[in-house]
Amino acid sequence: MQIELAHYLLLAAVLFGIGAMGVLTRKNLIIVLMSVELMLNSVNLSFIALARHAADQEAQVIVFFVLCVAAAEVAVGLAILISVWRKRGTMNIDALSALKG
Amino acid sequence: MLELLYLIPLFPLLGVLLNTFVLRGQAEKVVGWTAALMIGASFAVAVGGFFQLLGMPADARHFELDLFRWIVVGNFAAQAGFLADPLSMIMMLIVTGVSFLIHIYSIGYMHGDEGFRKFFIYLNLFVFFMLLLVMGNNYLVMFVGWEGVGLCSYLLIGFWYTDELKASAGKKAFIMNRIGDFGFLLAIFLIWTTFGTINFREIEPMAQAYSVGTGVITAICLLLFTGATGKSAQLPLYTWLPDAMAGPTPVSALIHAATMVTAGVYMIARSNFLFSLSPVAMEVVAWVGGLTALFAATIGLVQTDIKKVLAYSTVSQLGFMFLACGVGAYTAAVFHLMTHAFFKGLLFLGSGSVIHGMSDEQDIRMMGGLKSKMPRTYWTFLIGTLAIAGIPGLAGFFSKDEILWKTFESHHYPLWAIGATAAFCTAFYMFRLLYLTFFGKFRGTKAQEHHLHESPSLMTVPLMILAVLSIVGGYVGVPHALGGHNFFHDWLSSVIHTTGEHGGTSHGVPTAEYVLMVVSVAVAVIGILLARSWYLGKSSTVESLGKSGMRNLLYNKYWVDQIYDGVFSKPFVKASELFAQYVDQGTVDGAVNGVGSTVSGFGGIVRRIQTGVTQNYAVMMGAGTVFLLGILIWSVLG
Repeated sequence: MQIELAHYLLLAAVLFGIGAMGVLTRKNLIIVLMSVELMLNSVNLSFIALARHAADQEAQVIVFFVLCVAAAEVAVGLAILISVWRKRGTMNIDALSALKG
Repeated sequence: MLELLYLIPLFPLLGVLLNTFVLRGQAEKVVGWTAALMIGASFAVAVGGFFQLLGMPADARHFELDLFRWIVVGNFAAQAGFLADPLSMIMMLIVTGVSFLIHIYSIGYMHGDEGFRKFFIYLNLFVFFMLLLVMGNNYLVMFVGWEGVGLCSYLLIGFWYTDELKASAGKKAFIMNRIGDFGFLLAIFLIWTTFGTINFREIEPMAQAYSVGTGVITAICLLLFTGATGKSAQLPLYTWLPDAMAGPTPVSALIHAATMVTAGVYMIARSNFLFSLSPVAMEVVAWVGGLTALFAATIGLVQTDIKKVLAYSTVSQLGFMFLACGVGAYTAAVFHLMTHAFFKGLLFLGSGSVIHGMSDEQDIRMMGGLKSKMPRTYWTFLIGTLAIAGIPGLAGFFSKDEILWKTFESHHYPLWAIGATAAFCTAFYMFRLLYLTFFGKFRGTKAQEHHLHESPSLMTVPLMILAVLSIVGGYVGVPHALGGHNFFHDWLSSVIHTTGEHGGTSHGVPTAEYVLMVVSVAVAVIGILLARSWYLGKSSTVESLGKSGMRNLLYNKYWVDQIYDGVFSKPFVKASELFAQYVDQGTVDGAVNGVGSTVSGFGGIVRRIQTGVTQNYAVMMGAGTVFLLGILIWSVLG
């Protein structure tokens, strides 16, 4: 069976969906953060697949940008998680509801 | 001397400054005599000016002293200046002369009062403003004096301000006067817009251009008269004057009998060239004056406070003066003003002497038999009483009789009847007062009887001088009918033109005048005899005039105070409360609070969106993105 563009895109969509569900439903902040990473990488995957399909290198450059941003995001995100843990002693996302109106 | 005219008001002002800043902590004698001598100096200058004026030809008797340009706004310009003419000269002499005597009297009367220095400062200040009032050469200077004497009146009525009643009597006087002043001020505005000047001597020739009965002149006159009813305590604004008796007695004598309250009469006499053009206003003045004369006299019949009797008597006598103005007899009005200043000043000072001797007792039911204990006070009081009652030979007879005669002569027969009735009441209540105070047995407490004494010479000498004036003061205006010569009339003839339909002294057959004279004397004598039969030596009938409803009505002053309270004060307070409750708290506060609660209510609904659950936000974001993408795709495909 030939692996085609549609398979890559389908995989990327599934991964994105899993990531999105993780962000929306999981209560543990670390898992939420990991889910965000998953969504980012699913997008990267679709970029790569499309770059190959279109024989265009530009999209691969964008993937590098995304990786850089994701790395920075993880660094900042984890730092925030640590200080939340120190402050609140919990990783439960529902406990962080200070903005409730 | 007339070039030094400005010194006349300057001396009292100097007295104020000296006593305020320089003579702090000085002995009573220094303070009191400084104040008195300042007035004495003014009096001396006034006398000098008087004789200089007397030496001039009759039609040139005026001297105007322009001091400085005072107010210039747009096309409005007012000079500050003084005018000395026969009318203002008479007023200057009365004001400074009577004030001088009362100042001396006050040194004795106010002895030992802790506000001694303050009293003389106020009194000097009053004389200063009163002189501004009578000396001003235009309505605005007059108005400044007018307001100034009102202020001093307020300060002196509430002189013993720790007493709530006295303080509120001061407020009452001030507020009642404000109502009148409002009319005066409007009159000045109207004079300015009509004539383009407010100077008396400039208006006078201009006024001649208007025909009799012109609407605007009538309006000016009625507004001026409104001012006069306030200051001179006429119906319907008279109620403050009896209450003003809360002040020290010299104040009652000076301000509320001799000088300030006559300012309204002076103002109308000064504006005679306007009033003569308005028969309607004249009728109003005459009727208000006549009715006030009778109304106040009837109240005076049953009052039991010695000063209240005199206060109602003052209101009544002022009514006579306005009656005279109203029938065009301005000269008679000013004449009565002068004699009244003498005998009413005397009576008030006499009552002060009695109160002083009676240890501050003012109720005549508690007096009696003071004749032997206070002989000087008694004899001078008797002269004053005879003068006010209109007994021939004394000042009051000539002036009051002239008023009644002029009223009759100008065909105001009902007003003459009212005036004669008021004169009867006057004779009655004054002799009632005299009999209850000086005759019979002493009815006060033992302590009062023990303390009873004649007042010191400082107080009795002014009484005697005023008593002499109350006798001789009338002889400057002896009517032609009695073979005399009315010097007073001649003196004022250059200021007061009796050319209107009301004026004109008839030199015809004076039979009617004789008859009226006899009638008014008879009326006075009947009043005296009635008082004698009811009150002399019968301590049981102190409460006389019966316990009838009539007496009750009079004793309670026709319930006018209560009526005013019910008609004006109470509804006003009630309306204020309603406004506070519904307009302020309801509407204004309601609008402000309504905006606030609307915003917060809306916020309360909208804030539910902010759940605080991070994942809800994420859902929203997702939904929003999908929505936007949907639109994008839709637009690309569509």
